Amino acid sequence: MKLRGAEIILKCLEREGVDTVFGIPGGSVIPLFDALHDNKKIKLFLTRHEQGAAHMADGYARASGKTGVCIATSGPGATNLVTGLATALLDSVPMVAVTGQVVSHLVGNDAFQEADTTGITRPVTKQNYLVTDVRDISKTMAQAFYLARSGRPGTVLIDVPSDIQKAECEYDPKPDSSIRGYKPSKDGNPRQIKTALNALLSSKKLLVYAGGGVISSGAAKELTDFVRKLNAPVTLTLMGIGGFPGTDELFIGMPGMHGTQAANYAFQNCDMVFAVGARFDDRVTGKVSAFAPHAKIVQVDIDPTSISKNVTADIPVVGDCKSVLRQMLILLGGIQKTPDYTSWRKDIAVVSKKHPLCYKDDAVLRPQYVIDRFYQITKGKALVVTEVGQHQMWAEQFYKFDNPRRFITSGGLGTMGYGLPGAIGAKRACPDMEVIDIAGDGSTQMNIQELATAKVYGIKVIVAILNNSYLGMVRQWQELFYKKRYSGVLLGSQSSKDQKYWPDFKLVGEAYGLKGMRIEHKKDVDAAIKEALAFKETVVMDFQVAKEENVFPIVPGGASIDQIIDMS
Amino acid sequence: MKHTIAAMVENKPGVLARISGLFSARAFNIMSLTVGETEVSDVSRMTIVVKGDDKILEQVGKQLNKLPDVIKVIDFKNEEFIDRDLMLVKVNASKALRGEIIEIANIFRANILDVSADTMTIELTGRETKLEGAIRLLRPYGIKEMVRAGVVAMSRGRK
Ligand SMILES: Cc1ncc(C[n+]2csc(CCOP(=O)(O)OP(=O)(O)O)c2C)c(N)n1
Ligand SMILES: [Mg+2]
Repeated sequence: MKLRGAEIILKCLEREGVDTVFGIPGGSVIPLFDALHDNKKIKLFLTRHEQGAAHMADGYARASGKTGVCIATSGPGATNLVTGLATALLDSVPMVAVTGQVVSHLVGNDAFQEADTTGITRPVTKQNYLVTDVRDISKTMAQAFYLARSGRPGTVLIDVPSDIQKAECEYDPKPDSSIRGYKPSKDGNPRQIKTALNALLSSKKLLVYAGGGVISSGAAKELTDFVRKLNAPVTLTLMGIGGFPGTDELFIGMPGMHGTQAANYAFQNCDMVFAVGARFDDRVTGKVSAFAPHAKIVQVDIDPTSISKNVTADIPVVGDCKSVLRQMLILLGGIQKTPDYTSWRKDIAVVSKKHPLCYKDDAVLRPQYVIDRFYQITKGKALVVTEVGQHQMWAEQFYKFDNPRRFITSGGLGTMGYGLPGAIGAKRACPDMEVIDIAGDGSTQMNIQELATAKVYGIKVIVAILNNSYLGMVRQWQELFYKKRYSGVLLGSQSSKDQKYWPDFKLVGEAYGLKGMRIEHKKDVDAAIKEALAFKETVVMDFQVAKEENVFPIVPGGASIDQIIDMS
Repeated sequence: MKHTIAAMVENKPGVLARISGLFSARAFNIMSLTVGETEVSDVSRMTIVVKGDDKILEQVGKQLNKLPDVIKVIDFKNEEFIDRDLMLVKVNASKALRGEIIEIANIFRANILDVSADTMTIELTGRETKLEGAIRLLRPYGIKEMVRAGVVAMSRGRK
């Protein structure tokens, strides 16, 4: 039986197990939306902005491990996806975007709502396609999903002219998805794995440094077993949070710019770094030439370009973290004596004890306190999504995660406006989890329209705005490194006489038919959190926190990671 | 240091854009890039001459390999290879000077493709050093126009 291109696209989505798509229609995707109208298996979430759709697909993917899907029309619809694609690609999130394009014979004509979508999105996708024949749809979709979720996961965009969505052909249910130029190595070289393990076992001061690769390959259990077997200290990057239990005493915190003193001390004093799915980002290494000066480096990553990019690996292993760790665990099973890291761990514990993560516990309503209370009251069981800024760092510091895919944040691109739609997508993927969007007042306003999406589809998230009336993270840099010359960071009234702030987030919540709350005093925090947790719809919580609180510790940009400024 | 790399790529739209985008996004310093057909109809071959140290060369190779549209990357760093560039040069050549220019062309085994009242156009194929040598000798006559095709390379022997 012949099907229309639009129906074939949906057949392909079903084939890949997609149950949700996020998007907005427009002239060039009406055929696809028409087909969605009759589809029982795929639920459409109509968002209020295409950026929201992309971030929802991304949040859905990060929470579930499945591939997120978003849809947009040609021209402005497609360009609105760009930030979302870049956000997902930089954090290796599997995502497929389907965009409509103007009819084939008008492509290249500056037609109405035409944009060179494949051209614009090339740098923010792992691969993209312009479909020129309806018979190519099935195969292209198969390749798109294969590319998105295999190897180092990423984004794929498929641009489909509207006439191709309407054209008909036989649906090929089992096309060949193989790509001759693409063969990600999964298992790693066994000899190299053995060499790597032997090197690790020859160390006296080992530091395990794990990142997002552990989460995306589903290797949290393997990592945890491995680390516990060796009793070695472990640090996790922002993307790796939850890859090892945050409450375990072997965990010494996140490294780098806003990392713990203990983690940075460990890098600077270890004799061996075992990097697993972590890419030595500049936010982690600080000044590269002064980074981990005494360490040999064993690095496992599925992406060969991540190996020895910033810091040269002495022993590289190209492979999937889960598979490589499994092989190492098997080898480890046959080894009687592993190194004793007790005194090394003690050295680190001294630093931890001397410089714990902390905040002033006084009468003032401080942002860290709010997160701490969320952590205590939810018993660490919530799924936390964040916006970008100071609150993001505090969320990492004061909410502890024992499981993967429970802390979702835009790490690589640092996209303000990610949190709210990301949380909605995550909630759709994990309806039984309590989802909390730890948010800033600035970031929230970048995709605030998605409150309508939450309302309409009955998605319950808690939007916990730590409202300091500033673009706080930038204000902090200006305070510390630019002589407190605040330039373009105050979100409240520009008149120094009043302290007015717009919008009133409580009223905003109510305007969307949701619950709005304002919390001004420390004593009211617990009751408010409990009330929000008990409420069945989305709640917008406006916590009026201390305005000029800073994130500590902080390593100034470009400095060595032992040049730490901490709370005085 | 200059390095020569060849890449077999899918012969389809967008591939060249993706590869050149990769070079600009990563700030790789490309000296020359050529694309052409191969013995297989749907495969094109790119020859890329890049400037940089070993570390940069390694990244270029890895980044190219990572692209799904790149089927194979050949790095000529550790093997013997043949490389050739092709150039067309139009030089000022009054009647009195033609003899000298023909002599230079002969030394370099170049072809004279066109002669006008006051110019000559020369075609020369060879390694970069040879082309540069010819340019040095032709420059004094006044080069009116010059175009180079870019380097193509292939390994020696049976490989
Ligand atoms: C889209 C975007 N624009 C600008 C920035 C730069 N930036 C980083 S943090 C920040 C301030 C965020 O303010 P807010 O959401 O209120 O969080 P706070 O730091 O106050 O907790 C800005 C402007 C960014 N990360 N993303
Ligand atoms: Mg703020």
